[in-house]
Amino acid sequence: MGYKKLFRGETVRLEILNKDGKADKKSLPDISQDTMIQMYRYMRQMRAFDEKALNLQRQGRIGTYGSLRGQEAAQAGLAVNLNEKDDWLVPSFREHGVMMSLGVPMHLIYAYWKGDERGNISDKGIKCLPPSVPVGSQLLHATGIGMAMQKKGLPGVAVGFAGDGATSEGDFHEAMNFAGVFKARTLIYIQNNQWAISVPLKKQTAAESLAQRGWAYNVASMQVDGNDVLAVYEASRLALEHIRNGNGPYMIEAVTFRMGDHTTADDHSRYRTPDLIAYWEERDPIMRMKTFLINEKIMTQADDDAITNDVTKAVDSAVKELEAMPAPDPMHIFETMYAEKPWYLVEQQAMLRDELNQEKR
Amino acid sequence: MTAASKTQKMTLVQAVTQALKQEMERDESILVLGEDVGKDGGVFRATDGLIDAFGEERVMDTPLAESGIIGVSVGLAVAGYRPVPEIQFMGFIYPAVNQIFAHVARYRHRSRGQYPMPMVIRMPYGGGIHAPEHHSESYESMLANTPGLTVVIPSTPYDAKGLLISALRSDDPVIFMEPKRIYRSFREDVPEEPYTVPLSKAAVRREGNDVTIISYGSMMRPALEAADFLARDNISAEVIDVRTIAPVDVETIVTSVEKTGRAVIVHEAPTRSGFGAELSALINERALLHLLAPVQRVTGFDTVFPFAMMEAHYLPNRQRVVAAVQTALEF
Ligand SMILES: Cc1ncc(C[n+]2csc(CCOP(=O)(O)OP(=O)(O)O)c2C)c(N)n1
Ligand SMILES: [Mg+2]
Repeated sequence: MGYKKLFRGETVRLEILNKDGKADKKSLPDISQDTMIQMYRYMRQMRAFDEKALNLQRQGRIGTYGSLRGQEAAQAGLAVNLNEKDDWLVPSFREHGVMMSLGVPMHLIYAYWKGDERGNISDKGIKCLPPSVPVGSQLLHATGIGMAMQKKGLPGVAVGFAGDGATSEGDFHEAMNFAGVFKARTLIYIQNNQWAISVPLKKQTAAESLAQRGWAYNVASMQVDGNDVLAVYEASRLALEHIRNGNGPYMIEAVTFRMGDHTTADDHSRYRTPDLIAYWEERDPIMRMKTFLINEKIMTQADDDAITNDVTKAVDSAVKELEAMPAPDPMHIFETMYAEKPWYLVEQQAMLRDELNQEKR
Repeated sequence: MTAASKTQKMTLVQAVTQALKQEMERDESILVLGEDVGKDGGVFRATDGLIDAFGEERVMDTPLAESGIIGVSVGLAVAGYRPVPEIQFMGFIYPAVNQIFAHVARYRHRSRGQYPMPMVIRMPYGGGIHAPEHHSESYESMLANTPGLTVVIPSTPYDAKGLLISALRSDDPVIFMEPKRIYRSFREDVPEEPYTVPLSKAAVRREGNDVTIISYGSMMRPALEAADFLARDNISAEVIDVRTIAPVDVETIVTSVEKTGRAVIVHEAPTRSGFGAELSALINERALLHLLAPVQRVTGFDTVFPFAMMEAHYLPNRQRVVAAVQTALEF
């Protein structure tokens, strides 16, 4: 009778590397030097890809582009823990980092942002769905894939990606709830870059963290410093182990910062101050890992220069591949709409074909 | 509007902003809410400056949730406000459809008239701006097929202001679809003073005798260009801007088709079960014996709206409208 305590939870945050690249030695994960270098390389590759994309956009060689600058650690620390054979990626539109790390060809990602539908999906056999633009909607797909893997007893995990803004959509909550109820083999991976276009996190939620929402659905969860690749590595490792061991879903909130405009169609100076950007510039995920690797003698400056060389070359050849792609075929507008084309698509396709033939004449 | 009133050259999106500002000054019950409508002034700047003029109590950046935005608007309307929620792009209306179909459109009726839904749901729609996936859709037909909604689609800055003011003064829910492709493509003289353009009234943009071209929103442009082009061959096209597709102005349309005997309907949404089907049915029901040719439709294809590189192939253009007119003339 009267009041009884019903629930009390605690949500933790993991940090390992500080902004100056100094590690908290007792929380350092058990991780090989090769893996550390691999994560660093992934981040450098993402940054090079991103800078080139912004250039291409300015020159009109691709269309509207969503930059991931600042979010490299949040993607690289997860990527090294994933296994492209078993695990599924269910990305939103800012996940090119983790996608390219798992083998989605960079030229196809550029093609996507060029407005070329061939960029939606690769033929490399990677379990990566086309980027989902309707914010938050894809998380349910990740839950569904995780349910399927649970039913079939498969070893993989489905990773559903979304941003902080997406956690306000009903679909996020439904995805978490279904995952909890059905013990889906799903990782709900939230990159909280603290902004949803112009809307800061404090207008998105009255709660102190997004990770604490896991309690509401009985989904294990934690927050991690998303600009600290070692912490992201460790959080992802723990989460994936939890899921792979059959303990049900997991949610990670990686707190990071979107360094640039929301997309090239946006102007973030309308709603953010240069001071704020400068503050986060000092917390750059790549700089701090580089400092750590060099100070710990895991990497030399010469190794770093070699990485610079490699990632630049890879990006340049991706651009070459992009621009060597034959023009997309307009007839494809009508293909793959249905398994069997209805009569009216046959007619419309013929009409467009005639139009194009007439233009050629 | 008096003949003496001063005018200002402005774009369609500026006319929207001005209508919102002037009506918010007049009517304190109007609230603007949505994603990025505050400090950012909307991703297309349609609500630019409103937060500075009226503060955060009346111009609210909301959490990113379309169902939430429309759902709370229902509550705000019941409690005496006139909410003006924005859906950032029409392609993202789906989470809100439950609220719009199940509640917004039905509230007046379900409450036996006690709770009308004075609400204007604004949203940019349509293609032609090389945007990413889901940023180019035109879903007007599903809204026009929902009893209880008024669906307005302006095509000029003058109409945008006058129609939006009418919508803001209406006690019924209005879906206000803004053709983003022509948000900034031209300017025209717009009176500085507030004025209204009546809802549910089509406009005859150009008079003619041989064929009636019926369109709305951003497709008015190829419709009018086609009429210009046909005039060179002495084909005289009447061009009607429907402006409000629900409840639609049947009289203007039928009267015109009775005169010309031919109708060509232009919209960028897909053909099948598109709004052109409704227009064509109305014409057949009411002007069948005046028709000299079957009603023609020039529309987007029945496909997913293609990515940017292919969208020019998808969108109706002058050539396709001219070809449809010729088909009607040669029938
Ligand atoms: C359902 C839906 N509503 C609106 C949009 C327009 N939009 C695209 S991204 C975005 C903000 C997303 O913020 P967040 O989830 O934090 O991801 P971020 O862009 O920061 O990576 C909005 C409002 C959309 N794509 N989908
Ligand atoms: Mg965000």
